[in-house]
Amino acid sequence: MSIIVTEKTKLLVQGITGEFGARHTKLSLDYGTQVVAGVTPGKGGQFFEHGSHKVPIFNTVAEAVKATGATASAVFVPPPFAADAILESVDAGLDLCVAITEGIPVKDMIQVKRAMAGSKTRLIGPNCPGIVTPGTGEGSKGGCRIGIAPGYIHKKGHVGVVSRSGTLTYEAVFQLTSKGLGQSTCVGIGGDPVNGTSHLDVIKMFNDDPETWGIIMIGEIGGNAEVEAARWIKANCKTPVAGFIAGATAPAGRRMGHAGAVVGGAEDTAAAKIAVFKECGIECAATPSDMADALIRAAKANGAKLA
Amino acid sequence: MNIHEYQAKALFEKYGVAVPKGAAARSAAEFESALAQLPDGAVIVKSQIHAGGRGKGTFTDGFKGGVKFAKTKADALAYAKSMFNNTLVTAQTGPAGRKVQTIYFTQASDIQKEYYLAILLDRATSRPVIVASTEGGVEIETVAHNTPEKIFKIHIDPAVGLQGYQARQLAFQLGLTGDYFKNAVKLIGSLYKMFWETDAAMIEVNPLITTPDGKVLALDAKVSFDDNALFRHPDIVALRDLNEEDSKEIEASKFGLSYIALDGNIACLVNGAGLAMSTMDIIKHFGGSPANFLDVGGGASKDQVTAAFKIILTDPNVKGILVNIFGGIMDCNTIATGVVAAARELGLKIPLVVRLEGNNVAAGKKTLAESGLKLESADTMADAAQKIVKLVA
Repeated sequence: MSIIVTEKTKLLVQGITGEFGARHTKLSLDYGTQVVAGVTPGKGGQFFEHGSHKVPIFNTVAEAVKATGATASAVFVPPPFAADAILESVDAGLDLCVAITEGIPVKDMIQVKRAMAGSKTRLIGPNCPGIVTPGTGEGSKGGCRIGIAPGYIHKKGHVGVVSRSGTLTYEAVFQLTSKGLGQSTCVGIGGDPVNGTSHLDVIKMFNDDPETWGIIMIGEIGGNAEVEAARWIKANCKTPVAGFIAGATAPAGRRMGHAGAVVGGAEDTAAAKIAVFKECGIECAATPSDMADALIRAAKANGAKLA
Repeated sequence: MNIHEYQAKALFEKYGVAVPKGAAARSAAEFESALAQLPDGAVIVKSQIHAGGRGKGTFTDGFKGGVKFAKTKADALAYAKSMFNNTLVTAQTGPAGRKVQTIYFTQASDIQKEYYLAILLDRATSRPVIVASTEGGVEIETVAHNTPEKIFKIHIDPAVGLQGYQARQLAFQLGLTGDYFKNAVKLIGSLYKMFWETDAAMIEVNPLITTPDGKVLALDAKVSFDDNALFRHPDIVALRDLNEEDSKEIEASKFGLSYIALDGNIACLVNGAGLAMSTMDIIKHFGGSPANFLDVGGGASKDQVTAAFKIILTDPNVKGILVNIFGGIMDCNTIATGVVAAARELGLKIPLVVRLEGNNVAAGKKTLAESGLKLESADTMADAAQKIVKLVA
């Protein structure tokens, strides 16, 4: 059916009263997401109101969890305080923390990741668009949207999408939906060099999900996460996979918008990653316009259906 | 953010990392007073620019070498005069080169052996890693490729920091003994402290040297910092040298735009880093050449689009513009209105192709079509890239 979140997932929003957090909480409520609580220190007892929704605000994540049974959190807290917010959600024992915040210092994330070792919480992001499991309603409403992705471009179905880039995810989802191919879950893992969930983590979950019949993996220059995932796919993955890597024309040593999108050596260029994808049997999209078609080719070669 | 070698060495000294005695001059008038701070004898004269390969670089007036060994202070003064305000071209600067506006004089060191030492983030483990090698003074990538057994790495647990045994292990692996061993262990500890406390992205010392009198010195220093952490280091922000940055990139950052100049002729204006990168890629795929990376962020307001157009148009190489916006949450019509207003305000004369997709796209396309401007609308990224490549060719 989906991975990580379902339409029943109970979400709390850290930073719900900030402009960014408030705007996207409203969109998530409209989408049908079960937003059950907000957390803003000092505003406990107030309510976040939107249409007929009246979401209680708590001072701490622990209180919000106790009162509402929330199991997932979305972090919209500004960069200097974001690491603290993530660790608060970990301490409260949430299953999932999705950190949308862009611009968190690398050192903070190194410490967060170390502190999270052994905890039950899965971190997605930071610097990511979040996660969407589409629903069955009009414009895929009735699903679970955590983060900032446009909900209406989705359609419930059987393709899993994992990407480091927000807008490239939307591009892929839009192509799929336009071709009548729905999605099981779309996961934006974020553009930072230190993140919680890797391409490989998501690919493994898609591979284990009986309702995910095809996967689009979108990566970019920098690091070796896509290569690690590709090698695992070659050895283990039963599901057809299409891939795309952004940054073929990026000059070495320059950060291309995302903190993690920087060519460090010969191994993490787009060309090197695409070569590994091909070697691992992943159907590569020649251009970003070709992502959905690449998956259709992969499925055809595999004799698999996508819808 | 990058800093100059002389600034990095000042930070090294603050943290107790031994460096050769040196003094920087930011104007020709300061040459003699800077040299006076050094003991008599041989001096190394070093051009200060944010690019590697200085020693093998050539100035645009033909003078060779951005780093010179001078037997006397008089020779050093002459070299400094040749380098100052001169433009140095190295393998890393690109053909335009960089104007040298600071000269760093250091006491020449008696080198016994050269080593390599660096601290950076290891993305695979999400931990800092210290990398060292017995092969210093050469490209570390070459060492890693040809003789990987000569590279040693230790990963640091951020919960406890660098441990004494780890620094000792590294010093032993480098084959150091006696005073060299003791000094290297101290230097590694100090360097890690600096890396951690300053939110450095990378510290590279190449070469690290031993001298016949038992010292271990950082002969060169390349330091960069995590941009995301600059908010908590005003002292480091003060070291920023705007002369080293592209003026268009500085202007872009004022408007919250992420811009990087490239050498092609098709400018692009895109929302989102991944989409911006792949827009450059698709231009290349269809035979064109991108002039820049430009991410206007999630918003893409009229002011931002206008600012972006202005920045793009200051690049004389630009012969056409491709706007690629995926309006997920944003209304495409708002973006289209912004693009039309910006193009009108600037009296845009070069070809413009606009690809809009997403929320309220029909109204956005209508706004573009009815604007009376000479622009082409495109449906997909491939369509847009092919159109602009054709128009510019």
